[in-house]
Amino acid sequence: MEKTEIFVVGGGAAGMAAAIEAARAGAKVTVIDENERPGGQLFKQIHKFFGSGVHRAGTRGMQIGRDLLKEAREAGVKTRLNTVVYGIYPGKRLGLVCGDHTEELTSPIIILATGASENALAFPGWTLPGVMGAGATQTLININRVLPGRQALMVGAGNVGLIVTYQLLQAGGDVAAIVEALPYIGGYGVHASKVRRAGVSILTSHMVLRAEGNESVERAVIAQVDEKWQPVAGTEEVLEVDTICLAVGLSPLAELAWIAGCQFSYLPALGGWVPVHDENMESSLQGIYVAGDLAGIEEASTAMEEGRLAGLSAAEALGYLSHEVAETRKIEVQERLAALRIGSFGDGWAMAKKEFLRARCEK
Amino acid sequence: MKQVGKEEGVRTTGIPSKEELEASPGYPNREALERGPIVVIECVQDIPCNPCEMACPKGAIRIGNPITQLPVFYAERCDGCGRCIPICPGQAIFRVDITYAEDKATVSFPYEFLPMPKKGDMVQGVNRAGKTVCEAEVLRVQKPKKFAHTAVITVTVPKGLSMEVRSIKRNHESPFST
Amino acid sequence: MRIEDHPILGKAERGKRITLNVDGEAVAAFEGENIAAALIASGRRVFRYTAKRMEPRGVFCALGRCTDCVMIVDGQPDVRTCVTPARDGMVIQTQVSRREGEATHDLEKEKD
Ligand SMILES: Cc1cc2nc3c(=O)[nH]c(=O)nc-3n(C[C@H](O)[C@H](O)[C@H](O)COP(=O)(O)OP(=O)(O)OC[C@H]3O[C@@H](n4cnc5c(N)ncnc54)[C@H](O)[C@@H]3O)c2cc1C
Ligand code: SF4
Ligand code: SF4
Ligand code: FES
Repeated sequence: MEKTEIFVVGGGAAGMAAAIEAARAGAKVTVIDENERPGGQLFKQIHKFFGSGVHRAGTRGMQIGRDLLKEAREAGVKTRLNTVVYGIYPGKRLGLVCGDHTEELTSPIIILATGASENALAFPGWTLPGVMGAGATQTLININRVLPGRQALMVGAGNVGLIVTYQLLQAGGDVAAIVEALPYIGGYGVHASKVRRAGVSILTSHMVLRAEGNESVERAVIAQVDEKWQPVAGTEEVLEVDTICLAVGLSPLAELAWIAGCQFSYLPALGGWVPVHDENMESSLQGIYVAGDLAGIEEASTAMEEGRLAGLSAAEALGYLSHEVAETRKIEVQERLAALRIGSFGDGWAMAKKEFLRARCEK
Repeated sequence: MKQVGKEEGVRTTGIPSKEELEASPGYPNREALERGPIVVIECVQDIPCNPCEMACPKGAIRIGNPITQLPVFYAERCDGCGRCIPICPGQAIFRVDITYAEDKATVSFPYEFLPMPKKGDMVQGVNRAGKTVCEAEVLRVQKPKKFAHTAVITVTVPKGLSMEVRSIKRNHESPFST
Repeated sequence: MRIEDHPILGKAERGKRITLNVDGEAVAAFEGENIAAALIASGRRVFRYTAKRMEPRGVFCALGRCTDCVMIVDGQPDVRTCVTPARDGMVIQTQVSRREGEATHDLEKEKD
C-alpha cells in the first residue's frame, strides 16, 4: 500500500474539504473518522444553507455532504471509518482504535478537524431522561428518524436552537417555547421568523429553572430573568413538556490538539479554548494543521474554507504545489472566508481570528 | 447592527417590525404592489447570504459585495415568477398579488411541513406571529424537483390582509395521538 | 415514536424487521438502526440508573460521548446504545449500576 502523506482526523465539512484539496494536488490522503460514514454534522443539516450562491448557498447541508463525499472519492481520498483516534504522540504518531484492535500510524502531516461538542447546562432535574442536547435531538429526528417526545422546550435562541426547533416541527413534533436568557435572539432573524410563523413563541430574558418528573421529564418550570440572569419573583410558569433540548453553544473538541501539545488561546467568540493557528491553519506545531469547528466554532461554510486552506498548505508543504500556485489559491479562499465573516453576526469571529494571528506574530 | 425598532423588532421577538420592514430596501411600496404580483423581501439583518440575487433572472434583486448587504429590490423589474422564493434559506421572500380580485389578494410563501395542503383546501392564514387571522383557500401548491423539497403555496386572502398573512396553520396531527 | 414521512427526507426506508428482548419484553426494531433509536421509538426513556443514587439516565448526546445511554447488551455492561447497531434477538437490560472499578467516565456531564 502507498504510504499516506496526510492523515486527516475527522471527516466532517472541514476534514473532507481539506482532504479533497490536498488529494487533488497529488498528495496521498487518508481521512479517519469514528463514524460509519464520513460527513460529520452535515448529514443532520437538512435545511438550506446561507452563504454565497456561488458556493452552494440555498443548498441543503446534507446535499453538500453528499457532494463532498463524491468529490473526495473522485480525488482519490482514502477513508478509515469506525476508527477513533485517541492520541497523538511525538513524531506525529497517531493512536487508533478500531473495534477491539489498536494501531499506530504516522504521516509527515496531520490535519485535525474533529469538530465540536455541545455544551451542557446544569439546572435541577437536568440529568432526567428527556433532557438532551439539541444536536442529539437533531441526530434522533433526522438520522435515526425517531421523535424523542411529543412536546419539547428549547433552551437557547441561537441558530442551533432555532434550526432544531424548526426541524422538530418538520418531524411532526411540537415545541412549547424557546427560552433565551439573553434579552435578544442570538441567531439569524430569518430563522426566528420561521418558527414564529409556525406558532412557536420565543421568550427572551427567560430561563429554565428546573425539570420535573418521576423517571423522566414531565414538565419544565421557566421564569423571566433580570439583567443579572436572576429569576424575577412571580414570573414562574410551568410548561407541560416531556423533552428539554439544550442549545447553549458548542465548544471545540480539542482533546487531540491538547494531547499533541498545541498551544491554545481562550476566545469566547470562537467557543472557548481554541488551538492557536496561523493563516495557513497550521497550529503551533509544525506539520499539524487544524480546521473547522475545532479551530473556532463558526459554520459549515467557514469550516469548509478553512479545510481548503489547510489542504492547500499541506500540499504545498509536501511539494505538490509551487509557492506561487498555492498562494494564489489560498488568497481566493481567504477572500471567500473574509466575505463570510463580515456583518454583525460574523464580526466577532473575524476579530477573534485576527486577535489570534496577532498574538502569534508577537511571539 | 442596525437597531431599528429596538424594543419590538426581529432581534427581540423574531418578527420584523413594521418599521424594520418599511425601512428595508427589499420592501416594495404601495404603487408597485398595485401593478400586479411581485415579491416582498422580509430580510432585514446583515447576514452573509445572496442566493436570491442569483436566482432572479430579471435582475430585480441586488445584494452585491459584500454579501452581507441587505437585498435591494427593484420592483419594476419583478414579474412575480417566484423563482427566488424556494431558494431563500431564510424563507423570507413572499409573493403578493393585490390585483387578484376585487376583494381578494393572493399570498405565496414557502412551506416545508406535512401534511401538504392541496389545491382547493380551506386553510387558516396566519400572520408573522403564527396567529390565525383569516380563512384562506389554497390556489396552488408548487413543488417541482428543482425547489428541493420546499413547496411554494399560494392562497387567497381578504385584500386587507395581504401584508399580514405570511403562512398557514400547520395542520398536523401529533403522531403520538394514535 | 417513529417518523414515517417527512417533508424533506421523504418516507423512511428501514431495514428488515427484527426483535429485541429488552428487560424481558419484545421490542420491535429494524436492522441498521441503533439500539437507542429502537428503544426511544418504543417509548422507553430510562436506559440506566446511576450507581450511587439510583437516578435514571437516558439519551443525552446521541454521539457516543456522554455514556448516559449505556446498557447491558448480551451480558456485556457499559454498551453505548446510541452508537451500537441493533441485531435480531439481542438481549438488552437496563443497567442498574456500573461494575465495580469500571473506568467509564461521563465526559460531557459530570454528575452523580
Ligand atoms: C444544529 C446545527 C445547525 C447548523 N446550521 C448551520 C448552517 O445553517 N450553516 C452552516 O454553515 N453551518 C451550520 N452548522 C455548523 C456546521 O454544521 C459546523 O460548523 C460544521 O459542520 C463543522 O464542521 P467540522 O468538519 O469542523 O466538524 P464535524 O462536522 O463535527 O466533523 C468532525 C468529525 O470528526 C469526527 N471525530 C471527532 N473526533 C474524532 C476522533 N478522535 N477520531 C475519529 N473521528 C473523530 C466526528 O465524529 C465528526 O465526524 C450547524 C450546526 C449545528 C449543530
Ligand atoms: S419573483 Fe422572479 S422576477 Fe421577481 S424577484 Fe423573484 S425571481 Fe426575480
Ligand atoms: S436569500 Fe433570503 S435570506 Fe438570503 S439574502 Fe436573500 S432574502 Fe435574505
Ligand atoms: S447518549 Fe451519550 S453516549 Fe449515548
